[in-house]
Amino acid sequence: MKITVCIGSSCHIKGSRQVVSQLQELISQNNLGDKVDLGGTFCMGQCQKSVCVTVDGTFHSVSPETVTEFFNENVLSKV
Amino acid sequence: MEQFDKKVIRKFDTKVQYLKYKVLREVARHAWNDTLLENVMNIPQAIVPGKESTMRCCVYKERAILGERVKVAMGQDVSGHNIIQVIDIACDECPAAGYSVTDSCRGCLAHRCEDVCPRGAISFDHNHVAHIDKSKCIECGKCAEVCPYSAIVNRKRPCQIACKVKAIDINTDGAAAINDEKCTSCGACVYRCPFGAIADKSYILDVIDLIKGSENNKNYKVYAVVAPSISGQFSYAKLGQVIKGLKELGFHTVVEAALGADLVAMSEAKELTEKGFLTSSCCPAFVSYINSEFPDLAEHISHNLSPMVEISKYIKKTDPTAKAVFIGPCTAKKAEAQLEKAKPYVDAVLTFEELQALFDSRKIEITSLDEDVLDNASYYGRIFARSGGLSDAVVQALKEQGLEDFPLKAVACNGIEECRIALLKKRKGVLDANFIEGMACLGGCIGGAGSLTHGPKNKAGVDKYGKEAFEKSISDAISVLK
Repeated sequence: MKITVCIGSSCHIKGSRQVVSQLQELISQNNLGDKVDLGGTFCMGQCQKSVCVTVDGTFHSVSPETVTEFFNENVLSKV
Repeated sequence: MEQFDKKVIRKFDTKVQYLKYKVLREVARHAWNDTLLENVMNIPQAIVPGKESTMRCCVYKERAILGERVKVAMGQDVSGHNIIQVIDIACDECPAAGYSVTDSCRGCLAHRCEDVCPRGAISFDHNHVAHIDKSKCIECGKCAEVCPYSAIVNRKRPCQIACKVKAIDINTDGAAAINDEKCTSCGACVYRCPFGAIADKSYILDVIDLIKGSENNKNYKVYAVVAPSISGQFSYAKLGQVIKGLKELGFHTVVEAALGADLVAMSEAKELTEKGFLTSSCCPAFVSYINSEFPDLAEHISHNLSPMVEISKYIKKTDPTAKAVFIGPCTAKKAEAQLEKAKPYVDAVLTFEELQALFDSRKIEITSLDEDVLDNASYYGRIFARSGGLSDAVVQALKEQGLEDFPLKAVACNGIEECRIALLKKRKGVLDANFIEGMACLGGCIGGAGSLTHGPKNKAGVDKYGKEAFEKSISDAISVLK
């Protein structure tokens, strides 16, 4: 599974660093290091939403507060 | 048009920059419209219409020179293969006689000039007027300093005064000629020549091609990588409007080169503790200067890529078909981008002058745009743009990596002359420092030749911009890059 977090300026200000670090933690807590590939990219063109994240190409809008919920719904249950 | 021109000219320091800008703007305008080929010969007449000359002896010479400027704006060579090109016919062949006595000499009795001359080069004619024997004169300038009438002047060419690495000679026709072996492509002569006879080759056409070929970033994405010195530029608008303007031009997004600087600060600090002595590698003119004048010290050049290359490399890691265009104050970056270590990552380099021309070629009035955001790097990455900033960042990077026990002694060299002194001391083994921060331009990157304006506010502007960074530590800024 490939998770890409936007680290462009707009998402950065909305907390993409916190999203990245929380995801890193959740991935290691659940021992998914070899199944999930976490990466960054600059700008997905949806700057008006929360932090942009794609899971195998599917778009999600995530904030530092909703990371766990996002992870359970879209990563943990599908991997 | 006249009204527009008056508004635009305030954006530059000199009318030479403005002229260069007009040429770039015209070339770019035709390139966007696919009309450059049929109009390339008409651009000089479009800029200088009518029969009256505005700058030179006659309108035909003005147009002939403009024809050469068009070639340089299109990235063509008009002299040699250097980024820095001499437009022979634009060179006024200024006097280059060195120290000479003018008719202000009153033939006084004191003869301080004679007393102070260390080589006995001064003699007097039957009217007691001083004369300098050129075969003896060593150009020390002491006679000019002591003359009570300021009658002795230094007739040196502005380009040669600007070129502290002594890369400008005079050819057999009397025009300036650049010694490519010595030239660091810093562009000081470009900015200083009052006739605009020296110019940096432009790659605006490559950038326009990249943007057009992307078809609105569908075929591939074009990234603008902007240098932190942008903070003091485009002072008539807000930085956020410049960022928006870049996207209007067709860039997919804008990334701070300063984030590359954050990466460099971390690895340079580590490299320093391993090697014990290092010279910085972010200023390409400084690196080129060491390679040509101090090859014996080249082993100490940091192996880090420059911030420009580092961040472009990262962009291409996340997006392999990406194209990266660096936009900064620097002409030497144009040369650096052609080196093997940079070529795979940096697709083109623009200066701020060229960016202004690109905006106006598309009639993008940035002051009327909404503000977009630019925030990738930390305070420390951003202050790389001014002299001393890199050293501050290395101190911080040592601390953040638990390496503060390393006894850092940095010397921040502001301008190539200070670099030369530090390198000479190092060569003789008398340099009391283990890290040389070398910046070829005075003030650091903010003094770069490709800047729109060079002002005292620029340094304060960089510090203010640094403090506005969302991330306060280098580690936080680069943590998203892992």
